[in-house]
Amino acid sequence: MSTPLFEYLLRLGDDRLILGHRNAEWCGHGPILEEDIAVANIALDQTGEAQLLLNLAGQVEGQGRDADQLAYWRDETQFRNLQMLELPRGDFGFTMVRQFLFSAHAHFVLEHLAKCPHDDLAGIAAKALKENRYHLRHSSEWVVRLGDGTEESHRRIQAALEELWPWTVELFFEDAVDAALKAEGIAPNQADIKPKWEAMTAEVLTRATVEPPKGPMRMVGGRKGRHTEHLGHLLAEMQIVARSHPGASW
Amino acid sequence: MTNAAGLPTTGQEVIDLLHEVKDPEVPVIDVVELGIVRSAEVEGDRVLVKVTPTYSGCPATQVIEREIRGALERRGFKDITIKMVYNPPWTTDWIAADAREKLRAYGIAPPGPTSGGTELVSLGRPTRSVACPYCGSSNTTTESQFGSTACKSIHFCRACQQPFEHFKAI
Repeated sequence: MSTPLFEYLLRLGDDRLILGHRNAEWCGHGPILEEDIAVANIALDQTGEAQLLLNLAGQVEGQGRDADQLAYWRDETQFRNLQMLELPRGDFGFTMVRQFLFSAHAHFVLEHLAKCPHDDLAGIAAKALKENRYHLRHSSEWVVRLGDGTEESHRRIQAALEELWPWTVELFFEDAVDAALKAEGIAPNQADIKPKWEAMTAEVLTRATVEPPKGPMRMVGGRKGRHTEHLGHLLAEMQIVARSHPGASW
Repeated sequence: MTNAAGLPTTGQEVIDLLHEVKDPEVPVIDVVELGIVRSAEVEGDRVLVKVTPTYSGCPATQVIEREIRGALERRGFKDITIKMVYNPPWTTDWIAADAREKLRAYGIAPPGPTSGGTELVSLGRPTRSVACPYCGSSNTTTESQFGSTACKSIHFCRACQQPFEHFKAI
């Protein structure tokens, strides 16, 4: 029987697991050595946060599952991450715009969770809030530098923003899971976060001389296990070793 | 103090004992100086040590846990529990004062205070410059906020022309 807290922890953990995996794809492929190291460090933080959150989810569930079992032995429809985070990594500009849009939102969510009455979750969130601060600064600096850079870098940041922006509607998705956790004082109210996120993104995007598209937003579904065609491919790569050698240790 | 079995009897003695466990990535300081050993409780040959990890994804955490266990086993404890505690989260403010000097002597600029200078989006605002651990000059630039381990950033000293690492304040 899945409880709202278990579901909520999966959502938080899966966001970081999937984005961490996409960011880790840059390891060995960064445009310069410093950025190779930086994006790999961000991926390490996110994967570590995912491990803590999924271990806690497993404890809450009480069926004996830990972070590894949740990461490697669930299928696509059981993942609860935002669809935006599973999209292929794209070019470096795309990776930075996505990191910025996500980290700006994560900041306000974590700020709330760090003070929530669930002690373990509050501790994990307080730590993640500090790490996310570095991710946010790093990605916002690149969005500005590239957006307000050369003709080519500007074109790429604008193109990344046009592709990513419609997916951001899902950041503010809420359902009965959120309602139950808001009633316990755990989850934040997304309607309170939205104006803060809009102000922060507007400040950076204006400095970057790029503009969000005016077109329609995407469908939402990641929180309910509905995903793009990209997640299955990502999971195939992420899970292959664990599934080929069940129980292996090294 | 030791009991009949020759084991330490207070938490403080156990903590003192753990000075022998070095940080595997920065071996000039130990886990107590790093501030990650939060408390220890002893009852006969049973010991409980509470540890707070530095970064969520720090790969050294598992090594440190294993080495703390090894040190306690060598001292003669039979029943050892190491509990990870996440709240309150670790901060570089918990690094001991003399350990900061050891970091500097090793060539890693120690962390400053965690308060102040923390705009969420910097938008090109100048960040606090980090003093060079070799020559002490503050004429330095930040090359990257991310370095060879999760806890360090990369800098360059214009005065002595040396690249160096900095233990990030967090």
